[in-house]
Parts: sequence; structure tokens; C-alpha cells
Amino acid sequence: MSKHEVKAMLPGVFYRKPSPSEPNYKEVGDSVAKGDVIGLIEVMKSFHPVASDADGKIIAFTVDNEEAIAPGVTLVEIET
Amino acid sequence: MALSKILIANRGEIAVRIIRAARELGVRTVQVYSTADANSLAVEMADESIEIGPPPAKKSYLNVEAVLNAAKETGCDSIHPGYGFLAENAEFADAVAVAGMAFVGPSGDVIRRMGDKASARQAAKQAGVPTVPGSDGLIDDLAKAEKLADEIGYPIMIKATAGGGGRGIRIAANAAEFMSLAPQAAAEAEAAFGDGGLYLEKVIERARHIEVQILGDGENFIHCYERECSLQRRRQKVWEEAPSSALTPAVREKLCASAVALAAAVKYKGAGTIEYLYDDQTGDYYFIEMNTRIQVEHPVTESIVGIDLLAEMIRIAGGEPLAIKQDDVKIRGHAIEVRINAEDPANNFMPFPGIVGDLRIPGGPGVRFDHMVYQGYQIPPFYDSLLGKLIVTADTREKAIIRLKRALAELHMGDLKTTTPLFTALANAPEVQAGAVHTKWLEPWLEANADKLAIQQGGA
Repeated sequence: MSKHEVKAMLPGVFYRKPSPSEPNYKEVGDSVAKGDVIGLIEVMKSFHPVASDADGKIIAFTVDNEEAIAPGVTLVEIET
Repeated sequence: MALSKILIANRGEIAVRIIRAARELGVRTVQVYSTADANSLAVEMADESIEIGPPPAKKSYLNVEAVLNAAKETGCDSIHPGYGFLAENAEFADAVAVAGMAFVGPSGDVIRRMGDKASARQAAKQAGVPTVPGSDGLIDDLAKAEKLADEIGYPIMIKATAGGGGRGIRIAANAAEFMSLAPQAAAEAEAAFGDGGLYLEKVIERARHIEVQILGDGENFIHCYERECSLQRRRQKVWEEAPSSALTPAVREKLCASAVALAAAVKYKGAGTIEYLYDDQTGDYYFIEMNTRIQVEHPVTESIVGIDLLAEMIRIAGGEPLAIKQDDVKIRGHAIEVRINAEDPANNFMPFPGIVGDLRIPGGPGVRFDHMVYQGYQIPPFYDSLLGKLIVTADTREKAIIRLKRALAELHMGDLKTTTPLFTALANAPEVQAGAVHTKWLEPWLEANADKLAIQQGGA
């Protein structure tokens, strides 16, 4: 068991759901596979999906929904 | 009473433009900023500045209470909303008035009437302005709407009444598509704009986008001729011109007069734009919508008629009557504007919120660059990608295109990716040189000419 961090590739605003009226992509405790979308980053009014780059179980979201982020920050921690 | 201190409820290049106009009129300026914009050019240039919240626009530039408080705290007697953000928010305009300040733009009631696409269409019809065949007002019954769509003919556009800037539009090719897209469009519009109202419009194939600049003081109304903005990507304008090379003088006068009639019908106050689709084949034009604010592409109009539209807006908001008479408005030459965005045209226009490198700004005769950049500026990722607008003016359209190429070659921003190579390629495209374009021309051209967009900037 080890901890993997999914990092932001772009600066912008992080969203945990596809639109305000829909549920979150993933919750703490959910299993994820490589390629699963875990959130969106809005950069200059365009939206880019963030995919997990590891298989495992989500143990924490380290940024809030709609939080401003810099590239390289950790978004999600996954137990692999 | 003339305004003495304006709060600028916007950012970027338009904030800089407003500051310049205000300063020439002897009006003081207060620039609002989010924490991401503390070191922006507008903040540096304004007489004063005040922070209004964190980076996301919802929490700063769209926060009505924060903006109003900033205006009160700094003793402003007026608020200029620019474009985007709160510019066409009727409740905001009302709130500014209730707070005893002047809103630099029309009243909340006029914004409501003309900003709502369905009621604007009705106002246009009443003023005798031709409208695109479509539903009269909102559609409320899906089965009835489908029958109407059948009468108008497919393809048909389903538009959100609260949409704008190309958002909230669906095109149905047949009845089956209509029945599946209409409920989706309503749900999306409800989520995106808080208003699920829809209306229908016939799709005009091969249309040009032509829009008329108008000015009004509530009693006197003039037009400042038209702009053509047919070069669009994802319904966003990228290249704008004035005048349009497609109109004959007779059609031009008729079309512009129709815009004045509509402005007069709603007793318009401020600067506004009435947008039309123009059908080359038939010479017919149709009203599509009105924008009750200054527009991004206003400089091409300023360049050919010699009127400072921002200064006029500020004078009108200060209660001065419109001093310009229609007979004084004359077209001189041809102007082209291109939008320099922080996007990489070689990589599907991926946003590029980088750092402005070794900056070289074009100059010389007939060149204007309205922008928000300086060397070393880190472009924030939170807002749109518009860095600036390069505007060229010359005696003829042909000479303006030559001048545009010359000015583009002078523009450098170091390693920052911008849309500059797109415009060099477009300026060399035979169809653009011939003016033989329409609103659906650019996207297929981009696909066919992807190799031309990878041209390296900088160099010499």
C-alpha cells in the first residue's frame, strides 16, 4: 500500500462535478482506475478533464470544489 | 451633472480603455480587482484601486454586493461595467441607480427588454426591423413548438433566451433531433443562466454577421455605421472590420436606419450594438440581438468615424445631450481588428496563461494596440484569454490588410503563445483578401490549413 498524488497539469479553478446541478465525479472512499475523470480544471473559460493516473482508492481531496489552483498542486490522494 | 469619479467594474484591456477615456475627460477612476489581478495594468493606471475578492469571477467581478460596496467606499458617483461580467445584468444596473450612482449604460428596464432575446425580437418587429423567421416569444409547449419548427423549416436553431456570446444555442436538423435537443437545451439553459426559456430561429445558411453601432441619450439617436464580424470560431469573433465590404451604399443606409429606429423605439441611452445576419444571395438582413453595452470590437468603428465611443458613453451617463448629429458621422477609410488571445493556434487554441516575454508593440501610421500586457506580466488563468486587440486603419480594405500584416510582424511577446500566427495566415488567405467569407467559413478553413498555424512567432 502506498500513497499516490494526482497533480494539476494546468492552472485555473478546480471543479469536482461536471456542472453545478450534477453530483461529484468521485467521493472519498471510491475506487478509481487509471483514466477515470476525477474533476475539471477551468482555464481561461475552457474546461479540461483531470484523469487519475493510478489505480486505487481515493483517500482525500486536497483542494475544495471551485478552488483556485496553480499547476503542480496535489488535487487528490489515492491509496494504491 | 458631469461624472467626477467612475468605478471600473471590469478588468483587462477594456478597463485600460475606460481609464484612458475617463482621464481625457478629467474624470477620476477607481479600478476594482480580484486578488489575481493585483498587479494588472489597469490597477497600475487607475487613480485608485480596490480589492473585491478572490480570483474566481463569481466571487469578485460578478459579486454585485462587493462591487457596489467598493464604489461607495471610494466615493464614486458612477460605475462603468465594460463588457461581459455585470455589463448586461439588469438587476445590477437597478442596484447602481438605487444606490444613487450613475450606471454607464442604459437603465435596468432597457437592459431587461433588449437583453432578453425573445422580448428584443418583439421590440425589433414593432420598430419595423426585419427579424429571422422564428417563434414569436418563448416556446412553452414542446408539441406546438415542433409543429412551428416544421413550418419554419429545418435546420432550426433552438436558443436560450438568457444566453449570449454564442452560448446556449442548439441546431436541430429534423423533427426527431428537435424533440431530443429542445428539452436538453432547456435544462442546460436553466443550469447555466438560471432561465430555461427557449425560442426558435431559422438557420440562415452562408450569412454574414453585420452589426450597427448606435449612440443615444434617451431623446436623440444616431448610428456610427456597421462592423462586419463574419470570421468566427465557435461563435466567437476573431477578426472584425468596418465598414462591411458586402453592403451597397443603399443597403448600408437602410440597415443603419433600421438600427436607429430600434434604438429610438426603446429610448436607448448609451452605446449599443444591434446585430444582424446578412444574406449575400438575397441582400436581406435580419435582426438577431442587441448588446446593451460597449463591445470588444468598438475600435474599428472609432477608427473609421473618428468618434470616441467610450467618451460619449461617459458624457451621456453624466446627463449631457448627444452632441453628434447623424450628418456629422462620415466613414473615412477601412479598419480591421484582430483579437490577440493567449491561446496556441497550433494546438487547437489551447489556453496559454503564460508570462509575457520580450514584448514588442507594433506602431507606425494607422496602427492601434488596445491591450493589458507588459513585459514580465503573468497572465492569470481565471478569465478569458483576450490580451489585446490590434487595430489597423488605411484608406482602403486592401491597404488595411497590408498594414495588418506589417503590424503583426512587429508584434512579439517572447515565448508566449498567442493567436498572432492565425491572423498572419488569414491575412494571406485569398478568400479573406476578397472578402468572400461568411460566419461558417473560418472553422473548415482552420481544419484545412492547420499547417499554416504552426508558424513560429518571434524570430528576427
